[in-house]
Amino acid sequence: MIKKITNISDQGIICDFGEEVNKDINKKVISLFNYLKEKSNNDEIKGIYNIIPSYNKLVVHFDLEKNNSHKIKEIISSIDLKKLTTSQSGKAWTIPVCYDDEFALDLENLTKSLKLSKEEIIKTHLETEFYVYMIGFMPGHPYMGDLDKKLFTSRLQSPRVQVPIGSVAIAEKFCIIYPYLSPGGWNIIGRTSVKLFDTKNLTNPCLFSPGDTIKFKKVNKSELK
Amino acid sequence: MEQSYFEVLRPGINSTFQDKGRFGVQYMGLAPGGAMDYQSFLLSNRLLNNDKNSGALEFAYQGPLLKLIKGKTKEPYRTYDLNEGDQLDVLATKASAYGYLSIEGGFKLDKFCGSVSSQPRAFIGPNDGKKIELKDKILIFKNSTTKENKIIRNIKFEEKKIFSVLPGPQFHYFSTASKKQFFSTPYLITKQTDRMGMRVIGKSLENLVNSNIPSEGIIKGAIQVPGDGNPIILLSDHPTTGGYPKVGSIISADYDDLIQQNANREIYFQLVTLEAAEQRFTAYMEKIKKRITNIEIV
Repeated sequence: MIKKITNISDQGIICDFGEEVNKDINKKVISLFNYLKEKSNNDEIKGIYNIIPSYNKLVVHFDLEKNNSHKIKEIISSIDLKKLTTSQSGKAWTIPVCYDDEFALDLENLTKSLKLSKEEIIKTHLETEFYVYMIGFMPGHPYMGDLDKKLFTSRLQSPRVQVPIGSVAIAEKFCIIYPYLSPGGWNIIGRTSVKLFDTKNLTNPCLFSPGDTIKFKKVNKSELK
Repeated sequence: MEQSYFEVLRPGINSTFQDKGRFGVQYMGLAPGGAMDYQSFLLSNRLLNNDKNSGALEFAYQGPLLKLIKGKTKEPYRTYDLNEGDQLDVLATKASAYGYLSIEGGFKLDKFCGSVSSQPRAFIGPNDGKKIELKDKILIFKNSTTKENKIIRNIKFEEKKIFSVLPGPQFHYFSTASKKQFFSTPYLITKQTDRMGMRVIGKSLENLVNSNIPSEGIIKGAIQVPGDGNPIILLSDHPTTGGYPKVGSIISADYDDLIQQNANREIYFQLVTLEAAEQRFTAYMEKIKKRITNIEIV
């Protein structure tokens, strides 16, 4: 449940669902997100610029000409979170990954730090059913969890200046896919050719949504599009 | 009638199309973007009686050279008539950083998720979000039908020194002593500043709790502080979420002035209450309205 609601700006508030990161808390965040989004779309809540769900926080960005922190906090405090539907299950995806050395830039190093063979790391990654906690940082960029404890690892000491598009990477208990060329400090274990954000798709440009589940499927280099 | 357009003879350093921004889509990882200086953007459209959210050409530092067009502009905040073959040379923004060029009737631009705002890194915006390039053709909707030119007098950019800050969600992460310094000593705006963020250098902030947090939503103006203690003010093209603690946020009424400060200027931060920030916002909107009311015929 919401522990506190504070300001993140004079045009934004942040609902704090606590420090823990787990699916149950995240599902509460998403249910509040869906509820507020609908109220905003119906214009029952005025002047909403953006609602941004993350692991265990929800940020509401509004236009101070049309609304204010006091009113938004009051609306959210009056909502009985227990009554919001969380049953909507997300879509299930299978995403092809090629784990070849030329793509898995950090796999070799991980074998040393995790004391596991490449095959064991890949097998564990393939066996995990991932849950999409949030989309953030860049368009279409998913944050997925939870990794098997065996694969828990810290970020790179020195982030790469440029990570190739489609890189599948892990850090802590999470897995991500880089949708664009960008700097990045996560451990890269493979590559996918799936397009995570498509500007040609005007109705639904973002492939994944929070709450979706993802299994990876090992493919050969030739099967990457 | 043939399609009118501008030919780009010099693109300028950072010329992109912008409107108010792209809203309702940040949960997909899409930054709101939008004009860095909302007030100047709005005034550029209002001078032409355009829709207030009509896309404008935003430039920074060195502006573009466009051909249709007539003479060198002598002063900003006014409209000019242009004839075929004339050239419009937007030399440079000397006192400030960002400027806007609007055209009566607007530029002919494709919208994505309700906005023309360009984000080059994610290939989002007109022409796949690319910055304006040499020899680009910039299409415009119509030829001018207005007889008289308009002007807003007495707008001058000043070097603003003090910027108001509201405490952020992780304000309590930082030591009292270092916060005291943050709100009393000068910070230098570095050249590592763009539409995504502004890095400032001064006394570093001491984090007593944790310099990494689970990523959470971001709003422009937020002041995040990575492990090295040097603040980064997140601007219009900010990543949608971030994992660094935020000591505070620049109040909305000060945002336009902040992004107009050039690198190497020294600024100060001042802690204010939410009530003060809200009052300042009302005054800021009033000031814009007054400037629109004061538009006069040249």
